[in-house]
Amino acid sequence: MSHGMTPEPNARIPASLRTEALEQLLTERGLVDPTVMDKFIANYSTNVGPLNGAKVVARAWTDPEYKRLLLADATSAVKELGFGGPQGEHIVVVENSAATHNVVVCTLCSCYPWPVLGLPPSWYRDPAYRARMVREPRAVLAEMGLELADDVQITVRDSSTEVRWLVLPERPAGTEQLSEEELVALVTRDAMVGVAKVVAP
Amino acid sequence: MGGIADLGGTEGWGPVQPPPRHAPVFPEVWEGRAFALSLLSMGRVSGQNLDAFRYALGRLDRAAYLDDGYYGRWLNAIELMLLESGILAPGAIDARARNLRGERVEEPPVPEPTKPDYAATAPGSLRTVDAAPAFAVGDPVRARATAGEGAARLPGYVRGHTGVVDVVQPAALLPDTHALFQAENPQHVYSVRFDSHELWGSGAEPFHLTVELYESYLEPAVGIPAVGITA
Repeated sequence: MSHGMTPEPNARIPASLRTEALEQLLTERGLVDPTVMDKFIANYSTNVGPLNGAKVVARAWTDPEYKRLLLADATSAVKELGFGGPQGEHIVVVENSAATHNVVVCTLCSCYPWPVLGLPPSWYRDPAYRARMVREPRAVLAEMGLELADDVQITVRDSSTEVRWLVLPERPAGTEQLSEEELVALVTRDAMVGVAKVVAP
Repeated sequence: MGGIADLGGTEGWGPVQPPPRHAPVFPEVWEGRAFALSLLSMGRVSGQNLDAFRYALGRLDRAAYLDDGYYGRWLNAIELMLLESGILAPGAIDARARNLRGERVEEPPVPEPTKPDYAATAPGSLRTVDAAPAFAVGDPVRARATAGEGAARLPGYVRGHTGVVDVVQPAALLPDTHALFQAENPQHVYSVRFDSHELWGSGAEPFHLTVELYESYLEPAVGIPAVGITA
């Protein structure tokens, strides 16, 4: 490959440098536009994130009609609040309660409902999470800080196709007086994946 | 799938990471660049073929899959797609990277493109299928032990195991052939519910699991009351 100075031919070149190299190669051939890249990065850094999902959850907690729609046709319900796009072709919402607990994983890659949760966090992409959640969810959830009582029925959702799962967390007791806007601030990404519960302030 | 990406149920990974309260989307700048580059250059091969991208991910060796992190894995998979479609020459990225850090390396010439002659019939992956679904909610089904090679999206840990159809999901194009730029072959998709003891034996934690499976990955299972329906 190289006849120049290659002191360590087997050393892996850092991904950061390889990324820069690929961007240069494709940009100079006009195959990629760096300003379009900038827009993608900005969009997923600031606009498309778990705040979207939190708005969906808070609306469902305060509007029974919306909740019915969300559980029946989540893709449409989410779209009603203005959210959609890549990795959101068919969203299904499942409700957590005191008796049943859903938790989402993608064992084959890291499929995740981008329009409502943004890009997946590092723990979701971690091989340990992907490998173990389908085998010992109660133990994994405990390691993540969520101890579930023995009589809680756990259902793990392995996202192996384009179906994208979103958990509607249980509304915590003591939040009856809070406004929809105040509820939005309580809802976490972790609760919408099912590795945590929403807690009252 | 086989391969490094088929992680479900595999052992030896140690503890999971407790979620931090706040973490940036792209902790390092290059991760955002690799993310955007992957999405954009995917379209240069033959449309936004996510199945082809996932198939490329699954064909990486262990080091290329694990050692550079999530977006490093994306970068390596995109490199593979760009090599296979003749958009980049083997070694082109490494040669440029070495030059960027001050070495003087000859870069390979741009190859003849061999992009697949293939176009999706519509955006996205959802399609309509004329035939009625072969299975209905409540039907016992077995994940075929023999399916799941190549670009198929059949996790190894469910192969040969029996569950019950929980939800009939919208039909979608089949990764097995779409990922190879051959055909869309849309199929019905089912969320199949498995009992943990069926998957992992009598000593397993009690829980249910659902996973989406394409119709051709399933065969009817008779008389095995695998798990109750709660949906």
